[in-house]
Amino acid sequence: MQKILVCLKRVVDYNVRIRVEADGSGIALEGVKMALNPFDEIALEEALRIKERGQAEEVVAVSIGVTECQQQLRTGLAMGADRAILVETTTALEPLGAARVLKALVDRETPDLVLLGKQAIDDDNNQTGQMLAALWGRPQATFASEVVLGDGIMTVTREVDAGLEVIEVDLPAVITADLRLNEPRYVKLPDIMKARKKALELIPLQELSIGIEPQFTVRRTAPPPVRQKGIIVKDVAELVQTLTDKGLL
Amino acid sequence: MARVLIVAEHDGEHLNLSTAKCVSCAVSFENDGIDVVVLAADGQAVAGEAAALEGVRTVLRIDHPANETSLAATWAPQIAAVAANYSHVFGPSTTFGKDLMPRVAALLDVGQLSDIMSTTDGRSFQRPIYAGNAIVTVEARDDRLVVATVRTASYPAAENTGSATIEARTLDVELPTHTRFISLRGDAGSERPDLQTAARVVSGGRALSNAENFQMIYDLADCLGAAVGASRAAVDSGFVGNDLQVGQTGKIIAPELYIAVGISGAIQHLTGIKDAGTIVAINKDAEAPIFDLADIGLVADLFTVLPDLIDTLKS
Repeated sequence: MQKILVCLKRVVDYNVRIRVEADGSGIALEGVKMALNPFDEIALEEALRIKERGQAEEVVAVSIGVTECQQQLRTGLAMGADRAILVETTTALEPLGAARVLKALVDRETPDLVLLGKQAIDDDNNQTGQMLAALWGRPQATFASEVVLGDGIMTVTREVDAGLEVIEVDLPAVITADLRLNEPRYVKLPDIMKARKKALELIPLQELSIGIEPQFTVRRTAPPPVRQKGIIVKDVAELVQTLTDKGLL
Repeated sequence: MARVLIVAEHDGEHLNLSTAKCVSCAVSFENDGIDVVVLAADGQAVAGEAAALEGVRTVLRIDHPANETSLAATWAPQIAAVAANYSHVFGPSTTFGKDLMPRVAALLDVGQLSDIMSTTDGRSFQRPIYAGNAIVTVEARDDRLVVATVRTASYPAAENTGSATIEARTLDVELPTHTRFISLRGDAGSERPDLQTAARVVSGGRALSNAENFQMIYDLADCLGAAVGASRAAVDSGFVGNDLQVGQTGKIIAPELYIAVGISGAIQHLTGIKDAGTIVAINKDAEAPIFDLADIGLVADLFTVLPDLIDTLKS
């Protein structure tokens, strides 16, 4: 195939233990380490492997967000993407808004395949890929743990609650990556240097004239309820007794 | 006034319990009626089960050969076609609903809420973000349809005491042929309870060391009539299949009793179990994070404890 589009989101690094603002206004993001959404990183790795097998010509990394998202796109370029596009905005988009922006990029770039993570680890929505596929009128294969490219089709193994489901989709299609699809490569220093010379195009969101008005308003952000501290039992007999006392056996 | 449509999850023969949990969510706020839509090749049995759910008014039965398997691309345009008369369209936040509902929402040109945990009025909803490390209260605009997935661990299943009417519908919707089902392999045919809905779950972790030792988890589960789960580490090490994985990237469950054996308690695992009634942890590392969440902890070597526990429960 000719082209694969990979969508990358900038999120709080997965190693960071997030803190909820005491006034309920949101998550404390000041000075927090940001990174590429891990599921998107897996999606990019898969695109690069397809290209390295000689099955694709070009991998284009795209992102939507603040100017600083260029850092994550540069990481994508260092991993091996050929060029990058950032749709710049300071407004946080809902998944439908993000899908509309991605649809505009799809219309412009006409990729044969769009790869992205099954969800971003900040809002945990798990929607954007499916919405893009709907707006585009093309197939979707979510929770992908294996993809095999055929002639104009892709066979995708999906991790579903009942086990592993295999489906076949005509291309172009949208595929969302699950955890076990692959293990992304480490970026080497020379690649970071090389990535600086690759093209990174900036498009202001206003230029695309897309409706992004939100449907949902976040009123409050709170820490999750805390469970009561438990007890330690000394042996199996005490464990069984405690469970029996609680009426659980 | 609110009218709620719930998309039934099923395997062609039986309704998945997740549907009964969506009904409980819909019942929790004032509305003018709750309907369930069943898409199937032959939905008679499933529609019958849906009609028995307490709180449901009408079951819409849409039979079509293409509905034999639940492909989102095939189902979404049909659901969008019947959604017009409703204020809310809910599906479960299982892999089925997560795959389908955003596609339905986008076809209807509206947003979607994921994993709703509670609502008082059908307008304001609570949902987890950052793997459950924060809970947001979100308000939906009242001039738009609310499409949402319901976090199944947050709701009990509706009772089977209802008697809704069943209505067959034929839709004039063009169905895509660009997406085709090939196969499904899983734990089908197992005599054990379903992990997602079981009242008791026993899970094993990396400390089991291999698939052979993991058999002890099955033995303990069988003593308790429990479902079997596993940590991501145990799945990645190849002890069991991915369909047993409990956690943020696997199944999020809320059994009455959860027994974690040889699981240290990575944050992503804890996210999947924190709504369980009673959590028991067996681990030889007293510092393991699982003990912070556990109601009952036993610091001991699982290879001594498990045979002892299994013997005690058997006698």
